[in-house]
Amino acid sequence: MGWVWKSLNSSIGKKLVMAVTGVALMLFLIIHLAGNLSLYGGSKAFNGYVGLLEMIKPLIRVIEVILALVFIFHIINGVRLWIENKIARPQGYTINGSRKNTDVFSRTAFITGSIVFIFLILHLQTIWYKFNYSGTELDLYTITTEWFTHWWYSLLYLIAIVLLGFHLNHGFQSAFQTFGWNSKKYFPLIEKLGTIYAIIMTLGFGSIPIYLYFFGGK
Amino acid sequence: MEHKKLNLTLKVWRQHGPKTPGCFVTYPIAVSPDTSFLEMLDEINNELEKKGKEPIAFESDCREGICGTCGLVINGQPHGPIPRIATCQLHMRNFKDGDTIYIEPFRAKAFPIIKDLIVDRSPMDRIMEAGGFISVNTGSVPDGNAIPIAKEIASEAMDAASCIGCGACVAACKNASAMLFVSAKVSQFALLPQGKPERYQRVEAMVKVMDEYGFGSCSNTYACEAECPKGVSVKNIARMNREYFMSKIKG
Repeated sequence: MGWVWKSLNSSIGKKLVMAVTGVALMLFLIIHLAGNLSLYGGSKAFNGYVGLLEMIKPLIRVIEVILALVFIFHIINGVRLWIENKIARPQGYTINGSRKNTDVFSRTAFITGSIVFIFLILHLQTIWYKFNYSGTELDLYTITTEWFTHWWYSLLYLIAIVLLGFHLNHGFQSAFQTFGWNSKKYFPLIEKLGTIYAIIMTLGFGSIPIYLYFFGGK
Repeated sequence: MEHKKLNLTLKVWRQHGPKTPGCFVTYPIAVSPDTSFLEMLDEINNELEKKGKEPIAFESDCREGICGTCGLVINGQPHGPIPRIATCQLHMRNFKDGDTIYIEPFRAKAFPIIKDLIVDRSPMDRIMEAGGFISVNTGSVPDGNAIPIAKEIASEAMDAASCIGCGACVAACKNASAMLFVSAKVSQFALLPQGKPERYQRVEAMVKVMDEYGFGSCSNTYACEAECPKGVSVKNIARMNREYFMSKIKG
């Protein structure tokens, strides 16, 4: 199986790792958002949803491990590519022409990804870790809505979600390009779908901190 | 009709050799709008030589946009601000009186600077040697239409083959990736029946050499297509990825 490892370390292989893990994470986000929307139903609806997940806890733990691995591969591979790509151009240009030949979503994929990563740590620490391991007696609805009463926490969330939207708008079409699924017939459609997906994710996740901050989720 | 001359300030990258540090040198110039970019550099060099100074080293050959020899980064853009042309086809009428123009060499680890604005692009030749050909026994010329090829396929192959190997894609890419160049070469053969027998060996060999020279990895920003003087499409990169995956799957 040495050829697999070797192939995944080629320039095209590293793209493939980025794309496959990216698609997995995009699918996860859809499920995550669907679950989160139950916050709009209030304490009962959300805690009911959490209760459902608690019932299949062992399965959830397995999924969490897989998800963690996918995240780690996506992040490590992304950082590695970024470092290698910096090395590929030791001296940059005095005048940066990238605004004229790239769009902001693709150009900033590493930066938006890095900020989303920092957000991810905060997100896991304040909600996932607190609920599962801090020994708290509080239910997840109370923990979540309590955080969003802080304006800075809600704002931080909102900013991270918008940047995630940027990241996704690049990632969606980029994954298809990497898989080799690019033809003039359907690629414009893929780009549109990617933008629609990114907008839905941004509005979906982004509306929650706004709603909880202003209406307290009552 | 006599045009008013443009007064420009040029900031040109001067570097004596591969190992010596370089810097920008300022050259004020009054130039006719009808002058081409390279003719303007010729004018500066004439003046420099008259004064017994070292002329600016830059590359050019055909000066009609088909050989791929010239290539400068002008205000941050390979081949300058006008799309779909090589540096030699850029005319000074595209600039405004009073403009400051930064002229830099292509910058990539795989393209070390030889002198001033000249870089060593021979890694692209090494990539071609690895697989940018078809192996046929020589003999009499085959009949032109002996192998039928659909017009659409022939056109696509021709579009890929229009790559002049100038290296602007590498220069434009924020990762200094050579994917557009290599994918154009892989595609022009992979599309045609004559290239198909060796398609998988070809893509593996060319990608291997590309990686060895330290070109960056593609992150799908598509700066390459935007700056390519021939408008070679990034769909070729998608095709190269397919070729590469198929090669791995089929062994």
